[in-house]
Amino acid sequence: MLTCKDFLHELSDYLDECIDPETRAKLERHISECPNCWVIADTTKKTIQIYKGMDPYPIPPDVEGRLMAALEKKMAEKRQ
Amino acid sequence: MERRPVEPPGAGLRYHKQRFMIVSSQAGIDETPLVARAREGDARAFGELVKQYEGKIFRLAQHVTQNREDAEDVLQETFMKAYEHLDQFQGNSKFYTWIVRIAVNQALMKLRRRKTDRSVSLDEAIDTGEDTLVREIAAWGENPEQRFSREELGGILDLAIQGLEPSYRSVFVLRDIDELSTEETADVLGLSVPAVKSRLLRARLQLREKLTRFFKRKGDDAFAYM
Repeated sequence: MLTCKDFLHELSDYLDECIDPETRAKLERHISECPNCWVIADTTKKTIQIYKGMDPYPIPPDVEGRLMAALEKKMAEKRQ
Repeated sequence: MERRPVEPPGAGLRYHKQRFMIVSSQAGIDETPLVARAREGDARAFGELVKQYEGKIFRLAQHVTQNREDAEDVLQETFMKAYEHLDQFQGNSKFYTWIVRIAVNQALMKLRRRKTDRSVSLDEAIDTGEDTLVREIAAWGENPEQRFSREELGGILDLAIQGLEPSYRSVFVLRDIDELSTEETADVLGLSVPAVKSRLLRARLQLREKLTRFFKRKGDDAFAYM
């Protein structure tokens, strides 16, 4: 019988879908019977999804300008 | 014969970046020829690689350092070092993984230099006891993202990440935001695969708990568990 601690231990692999079918079936049986673990699995999954949806940060123009100027200088030095 | 656009004099790398913007935004592009050209000294090719990855590196640097100025330094130092040591990139890993390794090292150096930060080592002992992993449970409302403006949501997500220990933060950012594999993350951070998995689980659970305070369904009270 799988405990809630056992379930938590396997949670990441379960959400990443890198778990064998037998263990997966046990975990799914557990969350179908344990509302707390179902909520944890569901909200952890949503947590991962919401962060995955974050856009890369826009580079402020002044930062971009400094980066490009530094690289151009470096490239010019290399060519000499 | 295809006519190449005339390059404005002195436009330098900025001009190349604009020209390559369309190509670099394509998903799943094979970057091998681009990296090969950059290694041969093609400034335009390197400019395209910069354009492709600068946003992600800047985000990574901000998450790891939690400091805007440090992140700007890390961004610049990363691409300067990458250009300087491009001949050392062997192509055994993805170019992005190679760049990320440089960025993480630079970011961690910044953290170590900050005397006030007392938790800067990725090697520090981590309490792996699981008795405190979950304190709050509450279902989230439908589409929690839509309850907040884009700016508010970004602020909430950043605030939650800031609350993580650096050793958890780095693993979470590489695995779940930059979408590196467990093995790549272990390689970049110099950790074992089990250590990455353990820290990722704790990071995910801690973030879940922090976000639950903002996203829980109205009327649902969080309660102690385990």
